[in-house]
Amino acid sequence: MKHLIIGAGPAGVIAAETLRKSDPDAEIAIIGDEPEPPYSRMAIPYYLIENVDESGTYLRDPKAHFKAQNIEVVQQRVDKVDTGKKNVTLADGKTRDFDKLLIATGSHPISPPIPGLDLPQVHSCWTLEDARNIARLAQSGSNVVLIGAGFIGCIILEALVKRGVNLTVIETGNRMVPRMLDDKAGGLLESWCKQQGIGVHTSCSVESVTAADGDQVEVALSDGGNLSAALVITATGVKANLDLLDGTGIDTDFGVLVNKRMQSSDENVYAAGDVAQGVDFSTGNQEVQAIQPTATDHGRIAALNMAGKGDEHQGTLNMNVLDTVGLVSCSFGLWMGVDGGDSAELYNADEYQYINLQFDGETLVGASSVGKTQHIGVLRGLIESRIELGDWKQKLMADPTLIMDAYIACTQELGYA
Amino acid sequence: MQKSLHIDPGKCTGCLQCEMACSYEHTGTFNPSRSFIKVFTFHDEGRFAPYTCTQCDEAWCMRACPVDAISIDASTGAKVVSDDKCVGCKVCTIACPFGTINYAQTTGKVVKCDLCGGDPQCAAACPTDAITYIDADWTGYDRMMASAAKSLPSAETTAG
Amino acid sequence: MSWTRKILRVNLSKGSCTSEPLNMEWAKQYLGQRGLASKYLSEEIDPKCDALGPDNKLIMATGPLTGTMASTAGRYSVICKSPLTGAIACSNSGGFLGAELKFAGWDMIIFEGKSEKPVYLLVQDDKVELRDASHLWGKTVWETDDILHQTHQDPQLRVACVGRTAENGCLYAAIVNDKHRAAGRSGVGTVMASKNLKAVAVRGTQGVGNLEDAKTFMAAVDAGKGVLAENAVTGQGLPAYGTQVLMNVINGVGALPARNMRDVGFEGAENISAEAMAEPRASDGKPNLTTNAGCFSCTIACGRISTVDKTHFSVKDKPQYHGASGGLEYEAAWALGADTGIDDLDALTYVNFLCNEDGFDPITYGATVAAAMEMFEEGVITTKETGGIELKFGNTEAFVAVTEALVANEGFGPDLALGSKRLCEKYGRPELSMTVKGQEFPAYDPRGIQGMGLTYATSNRGACHLRSYTVSSEVLGLPIKTEMGDAEGKPELVKAFQDVTALVDSAGLCIFTTFAWGMDNIAPQIDAACEGDWSVEGCMEAGERIWNMERMFNTAAGFTGKDDNLPPRLMKEAIKSGPTEGQVSRLDEMLPQYYQIRGWTEDGTVTKETQQRLSL
Repeated sequence: MKHLIIGAGPAGVIAAETLRKSDPDAEIAIIGDEPEPPYSRMAIPYYLIENVDESGTYLRDPKAHFKAQNIEVVQQRVDKVDTGKKNVTLADGKTRDFDKLLIATGSHPISPPIPGLDLPQVHSCWTLEDARNIARLAQSGSNVVLIGAGFIGCIILEALVKRGVNLTVIETGNRMVPRMLDDKAGGLLESWCKQQGIGVHTSCSVESVTAADGDQVEVALSDGGNLSAALVITATGVKANLDLLDGTGIDTDFGVLVNKRMQSSDENVYAAGDVAQGVDFSTGNQEVQAIQPTATDHGRIAALNMAGKGDEHQGTLNMNVLDTVGLVSCSFGLWMGVDGGDSAELYNADEYQYINLQFDGETLVGASSVGKTQHIGVLRGLIESRIELGDWKQKLMADPTLIMDAYIACTQELGYA
Repeated sequence: MQKSLHIDPGKCTGCLQCEMACSYEHTGTFNPSRSFIKVFTFHDEGRFAPYTCTQCDEAWCMRACPVDAISIDASTGAKVVSDDKCVGCKVCTIACPFGTINYAQTTGKVVKCDLCGGDPQCAAACPTDAITYIDADWTGYDRMMASAAKSLPSAETTAG
Repeated sequence: MSWTRKILRVNLSKGSCTSEPLNMEWAKQYLGQRGLASKYLSEEIDPKCDALGPDNKLIMATGPLTGTMASTAGRYSVICKSPLTGAIACSNSGGFLGAELKFAGWDMIIFEGKSEKPVYLLVQDDKVELRDASHLWGKTVWETDDILHQTHQDPQLRVACVGRTAENGCLYAAIVNDKHRAAGRSGVGTVMASKNLKAVAVRGTQGVGNLEDAKTFMAAVDAGKGVLAENAVTGQGLPAYGTQVLMNVINGVGALPARNMRDVGFEGAENISAEAMAEPRASDGKPNLTTNAGCFSCTIACGRISTVDKTHFSVKDKPQYHGASGGLEYEAAWALGADTGIDDLDALTYVNFLCNEDGFDPITYGATVAAAMEMFEEGVITTKETGGIELKFGNTEAFVAVTEALVANEGFGPDLALGSKRLCEKYGRPELSMTVKGQEFPAYDPRGIQGMGLTYATSNRGACHLRSYTVSSEVLGLPIKTEMGDAEGKPELVKAFQDVTALVDSAGLCIFTTFAWGMDNIAPQIDAACEGDWSVEGCMEAGERIWNMERMFNTAAGFTGKDDNLPPRLMKEAIKSGPTEGQVSRLDEMLPQYYQIRGWTEDGTVTKETQQRLSL
């Protein structure tokens, strides 16, 4: 059996390892086009803080791990996929056959149509190469403008603050991380950032970036403001890497449309991670989640099915955890709530504390919090296990911080006589 | 046979000796806020439930880790965090559906039960045998974990 | 070290919170908690000050072992001048607040002055601030605890607060922490409320470390835990039955007072005993006792968690009392039950819930109701005063009704809020108040157990069993058996118990350990944790020093040997029947001898020589 995996991110690596476990004799190869060994984008902020060097971003020990697992890692770009011949063509012209193919090509940052984003002072923050450029230009005392206060934008804030730059964040939405947090939580992040000395402009967009004196650029804002900057970072979203599938006839939308086995419209081709548009646990719809836990879950589920040992899964839960200059926030599932559902929340703006739970009937379907780091994973447990909360729903309505208590009480024998 | 923690909430008196033993073992101080085992108090029910990582086979935390910082201790089966590798990204803390791997602001790393390398101090300190470390492949703790885990949809795919 | 070496000083008049270093010279002499805080109080306030005025201070103090793994090491004490007695007050509480305060990095908090408006103190490690508590004023302990948890969104927050009785000036209001552990006696809650301080909310994440010799400490702690586990009282009796194990025992030996100590021996004792608490009831098949519970670090776990029968008249339409909460301890069961002649376990449990919910001392409360009942039966108090309630001994409905009146500050409630001394004076029958220095007796009749008579008479905080629990020797035979009817040898016994207790309290440990632990178990734990001389001899001397210091505070407050007395009933009215028939307290014989052993003058003043000997 020949398993070919395109993409060396978390989805690809987990898939390769899972395949090896399920099928000890199979041929397994990962093909990735970045020059580094498989690494994690999640670790880039910590590379920028200089908590870790480049090797600290690697998904696995590049020297020993893949060899020990008998997984071939090929550093090449894939130019073409031929589902009919069941092979792929690499940039060097060679072809590789497959029995099962996993598309785990991830996504790429997209830039809004703003004039001047091609200037050398403008970078996205996606690859290690981007990180090196940012590290070079984000010197202490220099002015930096970050376009986009989404997830990616927020996780690199701390790194930029620690490098001592004067930072301004521009977000077109009415709050920070609008796709992950509600108004109250996003508002807390904004006031927190401002307290850390970061300029935050929400409901504001960048109109243009133009070259100015020295190495500086001028950033013109929709609110009439003008900012001078040595570095402009764009973090305005990502898009699935689908180009490779042009002409294959595989069904795509925002990503590769996959079923509950992570299988595309071609039975031998699977997709996982940011490139996959798989079933969302909460909605049952096919959605691109582009988050680390989904990438690894996708990778595992796809691999098990590629090896013929998998079941249909019930969809992956959308969830995020974000550290914004030390303020930790997270959200799960339908954090914005459902029609006719109940919700509970506690909000303490003075102390940057927030928790919001969303119920559909007796079950928890979504949650978000700010300022909490303990036991937050249990929100996933409560949602994914679809526990009927019974009495505990009322207790959570009264005090939503009792999430762990609710989970334990609903899943354990407490020793009642 | 590998041992596992067996927890009997019915025997717990809520004294927190386990939390102190855990924090003392891992930090050298008596500091329940840094304990990896936590006793939950159910006031109205008059019950106490110690709770910590079940070292589950799913190893959600380990799989979600983007930098390979969580590995299995071959001698105990514990999923162990390597402080050298953990960057503190917290992805594991939302991936673990049991809520038993947590971010420690003081160290900037995540922390979880490591079974103290095979001599869990919580069990040693427990005055009522509510926490024991026993040879058993089907302890009450496993049952507890299983009952919680079986309803988790994505766990089912590993059955094969 | 194990001291954090930091004191938090909160000036409520100014609204300021400041950190200052712990006086280590004093720490090495007075150890911590009760001893050290009493030293601070003695140095900082005029013992003659108005206990409810701004000049009184209120100290919440931990011991050096508080927050460590030593068994029971979670205790803190509240020290101030008592409004009930006018003497030094030191009320000790378990639960989890003491350890949390230590984890936040503080050995003690000294509150001084008086806030203009209600406030609460929020302690989050080094971050300390006074917050507005207007919204909490008028709330019960339970409500306050819940609200603060929700405000700060932290299930691990520990709260100590006062309830409505304290706000209303009830002279025996308690400070309740963790919903049902209390610094219960002498009206420390009244002092807290007089300062407009509603609550103290604490979260500590720094832990306790820096032990003088950690390895030796852990070995001593392990050895100590072993001794507790093997001992029949601390290893079996207390966990299974709680202090309530004593109800039938003390009744059996003829030392259980009943009906305002008019009688000794209570025919309903069995119905309110530990055994009864374990008996499944008819309505739902569940016993009163849900489980036993431990305070922080406690390997004994004598605490009772109970429920009231949901069909019982007292709670039938009150679902807020249908859950489990702190159940009856022996002293409470006695005061609320035997002393009032009531043997309805559910009623007593309900009233005990109210004591926790609104923060008042069940011993003083039960004894005050008992005094009122005796006066009612004698016609001194009538239904006119009680608002139509037939406040007779044994009338359960009446008891529940007056308790609700106390909490609501209505009807007969304000009279009961006075405590028995002022109540009996008000109605012209001061001799019916079963108190020493204005504080009510607990559950051991000093006519039956002679050592307890001397214990009560000389206790520095008024009648109290927890200053020298000679019951341990006189009834249980621990550590040695003495005869409860004998007066001989009791002065020595009482002095030794008083000194040991002062030291154990000051370490941050629970006195119940001393059923099993001698000083040779305790001293090594302190010595390994703390710098200074904490050998057995050093500990005993510190205990004696603390006792004498408290005595000197009281002397300066105006107390003399004349106040080391018992009500005439206990000196003159012999026990009418039972195994102790015919006995009265022989305090007169014991007291002079006690003074002599203490190195005090004939009128009970600490001599210069004694002061010098103890470096006072």
